[in-house]
Amino acid sequence: MRPNLILHVIAKFVIPLIILFALYVQFHGDFGPGGGFQAGVIFSAAFILYSLVFGLETAEKIIPHHWLRILASLGVVIYAGVGIESLILGGNYLDYTLLGSNQIAGQHLGILLVELGVGITVAAAMLILFFAFAGRGRE
Amino acid sequence: MEFIIGHYNYWVVIVLMMVGLYTVISRGNLVKKIIGLNIFQVSVFFLYISLGTVEGGAAPIIAEGVKVYSNPLPHVLILTAIVVGVATTALALALVVRIKETYGTIEEDEIHNLDHSL
Amino acid sequence: MIDVVVDIILLTFLATTSIAIMRMTNLFAIVMLFGIFSLLSAGLFVVMDAPDVAFTEAAVGAGISTVLMLATLALVKRPKEPYYDEAPRAHRAWLPLIVVTITGSALVYGTWDIPNFGSPDAPSQTHVARFYLENSMPDTGVPNTVTAVLASYRGFDTLGEVTVIFTAAVAVLLLIGGKRPKPALRSKDEEAQDEA
Repeated sequence: MRPNLILHVIAKFVIPLIILFALYVQFHGDFGPGGGFQAGVIFSAAFILYSLVFGLETAEKIIPHHWLRILASLGVVIYAGVGIESLILGGNYLDYTLLGSNQIAGQHLGILLVELGVGITVAAAMLILFFAFAGRGRE
Repeated sequence: MEFIIGHYNYWVVIVLMMVGLYTVISRGNLVKKIIGLNIFQVSVFFLYISLGTVEGGAAPIIAEGVKVYSNPLPHVLILTAIVVGVATTALALALVVRIKETYGTIEEDEIHNLDHSL
Repeated sequence: MIDVVVDIILLTFLATTSIAIMRMTNLFAIVMLFGIFSLLSAGLFVVMDAPDVAFTEAAVGAGISTVLMLATLALVKRPKEPYYDEAPRAHRAWLPLIVVTITGSALVYGTWDIPNFGSPDAPSQTHVARFYLENSMPDTGVPNTVTAVLASYRGFDTLGEVTVIFTAAVAVLLLIGGKRPKPALRSKDEEAQDEA
């Protein structure tokens, strides 16, 4: 790929900001607009920008493919695991009340964990989709 | 006049829906068909969000001093539908890529001819 | 009032863009227009007081799905010029036009019974929405009702959605995840399959 100075400098400046913004959207989703779905997509957009500017091989060194596959399933496991945890504690499936000392604390913890699971799965799945399409083009 | 303003949203939704449907059934190019499906999908999003809007309402984030909120339920449904929509669109595009690799074309008519000339 | 004006202008833009997408034949231009279409939709969602949805649409529609469609175009382009044009149809499609007109008129007739846009006493505002808005704060302590409904009240639904996304990623990996087989190799495989 032909190196392009302006793109490289701007991308290096912008990518950390995008990731920071994704984390903000992820963990501030209880109080403002945001949540796991949006954060996951924004997070993957940062890595897609990286691989568009610096090339696919470099991006694959940062996040190898088998990691992405593990992460995509990990998110679903976290989500379902929160449900099973509340079953073990004696409640209904995905009833977060028993996770904390009182209802508000339990709900808060449950929502945080579930949104984390959603964010991880969405980010990993979007990156898998992008790498599958972009990787098909090379011989 | 009030009736027109009050229903303009729904009429545009129907226009978008019909444009999407027409693109899907009248065009032969598979990528264009998928874009038609996406336009149809976005029109359904608009239908839901329009039904959930309340005049003078704020975004459904509970704050002091705000009395009227828009309906949060359509937002939840559409929020997840958008992300699921892109995942299923990617699946459709992957099928198109495989069709191109097997038939060498993504035009419906040419695929039809290839299938029947064997 | 200004809300309604912005709403109507953006909706008109949106309808124009969709008709342009329908009439154009260059797929590259169509995909770019579709990105604009998504960005306009995101703006409209903000006007309709749905910031969460606008967020998602801006990131997904204008970002990820445009990139995926461009990647697909690079894979399915024609070997020689014009790379991205769709083939013209042999005949004009009158039947689809008739079908679409009839369906559209029926749907417009159906809108007569819908309450006006934004009317606060519409049936959709009076039952379950009021319950969520009044109870989500005491029940969960989360000010953003959308998050509370998404993760807590309708947690099962969201678990299903996440599973769908995961499944779609697995399916795409199965379809185009590996390296592309060499054409000669593939035809030999196909022959073996045909014989078997």
